[in-house]
Amino acid sequence: MEYNIKVWRQRNAKTKGHFETYHVTDVEEDASFLEMLDILNDQLIRQGIDPIAFDHDCREGICGACSLYIDGRAHGPDDQVTTCQLFMRHFQPGATITVEPWRSAAFPVIKDLVVDRQAFDKILQAGGFISVRTGAAQDANAILIPHDDAELSMDAAACVGCGACVATCKNGSAMLFVAARVSSLALLPQGRPEAARRARAMVAKMDELGFGNCTNTRACEMECPKHVTIDHIARLNREYLKARFSE
Amino acid sequence: MADTKLVSKIPEGPLAEKWSKRKSEIRIVSPNNKRKLEVIVVGTGLGGASAAASLGELGYNVKIFCISDSPRRAHSIAAQGGINAAKNYQNDNDSVYRLFYDTIKGGDYRSREANVYRLAEVSASIIDQCVAQGVPFAREYGGYLANRSFGGVQVSRTFYARGQTGQQLLLGAYAALNKEIAAGSVKSYPRHEMLDLVIINGQAKGIIARNLVTGEIERFGAHAVVLATGGYGNTYFLSTNAMNSNGSAAMQAYRKGAFFANPCFAQIHPTCIPVHGDQQCKLTLMSESLRNDGRIWVPKKMEDVLKLRKHEIKPSQIPEEDRDYYLERRYPAFGNLVPRDVASRAAKERCDAGFGVNETGLAVFLDFADAIKRLGHQRVEERYGNLFQMYEKITSSSPWEEPMMIYPAIHYTMGGLWVDYDLQTTIPGLYAIGEANFSDHGGNRLGASALMQGLADGYFILPYTIGDYLSHKFAEPKTDINAPEFAEAEKKVRERIDRIFAVKGTETVDSIHKKLGHIMWEYVGMARNEEGLKKGIEEIGKLREEFWKTVRVPGSNEEFNQELEKALRLVDFFDIGELMARDALHRKESCGGHFREEMQTEEGETKRDDENFMYVGAWEYKGEGAEPELHKEPLKYENIKIATRNYKD
Repeated sequence: MEYNIKVWRQRNAKTKGHFETYHVTDVEEDASFLEMLDILNDQLIRQGIDPIAFDHDCREGICGACSLYIDGRAHGPDDQVTTCQLFMRHFQPGATITVEPWRSAAFPVIKDLVVDRQAFDKILQAGGFISVRTGAAQDANAILIPHDDAELSMDAAACVGCGACVATCKNGSAMLFVAARVSSLALLPQGRPEAARRARAMVAKMDELGFGNCTNTRACEMECPKHVTIDHIARLNREYLKARFSE
Repeated sequence: MADTKLVSKIPEGPLAEKWSKRKSEIRIVSPNNKRKLEVIVVGTGLGGASAAASLGELGYNVKIFCISDSPRRAHSIAAQGGINAAKNYQNDNDSVYRLFYDTIKGGDYRSREANVYRLAEVSASIIDQCVAQGVPFAREYGGYLANRSFGGVQVSRTFYARGQTGQQLLLGAYAALNKEIAAGSVKSYPRHEMLDLVIINGQAKGIIARNLVTGEIERFGAHAVVLATGGYGNTYFLSTNAMNSNGSAAMQAYRKGAFFANPCFAQIHPTCIPVHGDQQCKLTLMSESLRNDGRIWVPKKMEDVLKLRKHEIKPSQIPEEDRDYYLERRYPAFGNLVPRDVASRAAKERCDAGFGVNETGLAVFLDFADAIKRLGHQRVEERYGNLFQMYEKITSSSPWEEPMMIYPAIHYTMGGLWVDYDLQTTIPGLYAIGEANFSDHGGNRLGASALMQGLADGYFILPYTIGDYLSHKFAEPKTDINAPEFAEAEKKVRERIDRIFAVKGTETVDSIHKKLGHIMWEYVGMARNEEGLKKGIEEIGKLREEFWKTVRVPGSNEEFNQELEKALRLVDFFDIGELMARDALHRKESCGGHFREEMQTEEGETKRDDENFMYVGAWEYKGEGAEPELHKEPLKYENIKIATRNYKD
């Protein structure tokens, strides 16, 4: 198979970027999208062209490293997958495919398709944890958690921190990411003493780092590769309101 | 026989009291002195993140490094099935001793008794810790923790969070790390890659790292260095490891004097999605937990095999009596839940006999039809939903309708840096934890035990044992990064980088790495023999020369340059591959994942040679191009009866 790849090129954070179009050949039918980029890079290097930088690691859809805005959609045209789990069978042979980095003020471009997502780490450092020291825990079965609560908590905890929610939101809001962590913990009895502080601190950090506000467009939920739903945003809002009243 | 360079420091006394004894001997550093001490941790997987968080809580000044954009990306995140712990919550007569026994037996009697017992001993605390952190483990309807079974084991001791257990445990450790970063006790350096270890007066005192964004070569000093850098499975190019997983940090330590133990012990996982073509760069694991409910088979009749390959029939159309459930046939006691090495070889045996079920002849079926009938759609969905979805996305075939196709692939490396009971390498002040060390899994690791070891080392063992070393260091000043040893190490790193750019050849790094992968799989793979291993060593040498003549790395050091990153790692993979082959060649026995064709029973099972090989083989670096020297740490089993592994009855 052959494709035309129209891709964002940008040397570093300080220079201006632009689109370039490359022709990639000899792509096997079962290749994944990132394998196609590997093949393209191999061909570019042999032509003396600088290869395209992109983040990737596990290629199993779980590490959250891969990103990419493909033909106008975060993680491309398939549903509930990260880019590494997107396959070329979803594209017409010969098609021109447009590939861009995540587009958000809070995620500055490092090079080509690679962006800096440290803002996510900073939000979690603000309060996305339970303050238990190593060795301070009681027996695990001393804390009973109803089956359905554990399952719901797990639904939220499935977030891989890829940033698709931010990239796809017209406001560049990180509400779904923040909600995933707050809601996952809010559904559990552990960590309640610091729940109010957590909700306030994480929301404040999100605002401080330049993420936009949530206007409930649900775009994040549509593009989340792990199907984290906006129910969790509702739960974050409840936590946040409770926290404000408890101030 | 005892080697003076390998002092394992195993405490005297009864097995069950060794760890308590050691803990009571370890010197403690007072809180005001901890503040003066600095520790570098390299790697942010389960081992690194949990160690850094725990050391930070204790009051040490910690610097933690990872090659990813965030600590949360470390490859521990991809572990699917679960984590073992001797909780006996199922009342199936599990115990610390049984977990210890299963691990030693599963490892084919090539792991260190005292370390494994300690691992089993602290396993229960790991589950407590993770639950307290908010890890959403699977629960029963009464709210109690649920368990499942794993290979090589007859009890249910595996705790899990759907098929994403590694992710949830890592997010727990990462949260603990974030807590300490916020508190200021840990400083995080993402997108930094360690390129050398710095030794001053024979002690590990720091690292040279490359800032992967800017290309700057930076110096970092400390009173001790902890490597939590994972395994070297990517030597084979195609493996279930993440693309960036590599063995370079361990190799740098090896070249600076740390012994490398049992490098030939690599685990080949039986349930991976088969290779589909030459352009593939990564193999995907399907969790071992699937073997709880899935049944593995190939057709009995060759005519059915041929029809399957031509897509003339569907697997579900083959009647029950024409299916060969070969694991259930050969190993009635354990059936589909035999250990990984046994299941992998059995799949290879069937495929070598011509019964492989896809076009390449390298695949067998993993069938859920019975489980769906028995448990119903919803319960199967709850247990394996995300794995079924992942399989369908990759192969465009639904496991709900037709069986999965699977084949073995490189997954984990049991070998690693040699460490003593305190997890210290042969270099004072250098520690290795998790997959990066060798100590707990012998010749074969049991499923759901990698997560257990990473967290045991990081939360409960290293934070204590490292104190013993540091208790002698608090009077020493901060390590001076302007010392000549740092300058020399940095110079060497720069020379290595310049040398790579200077080649200006025609071949890409990946294309050469793929060739290395083929050599490794062919000669140092699932079945090895003397002739092949010698050939392998020769071929690796030739390929290394080819690399230095033909590789092409574009761009420069002073920028974000992924080709340079890969090239630097490949240089080390050549050396690891060679060391693996050398170790496999010397170990003239079959044991766990290491199968020497010359050493097998009539039934094709592994044949150990306890008389000659019941030791840890630790290799000492002797300079570039020189043959490394083998040291032996004899293994003593005082609390377990050594037997031939038997999963048949």
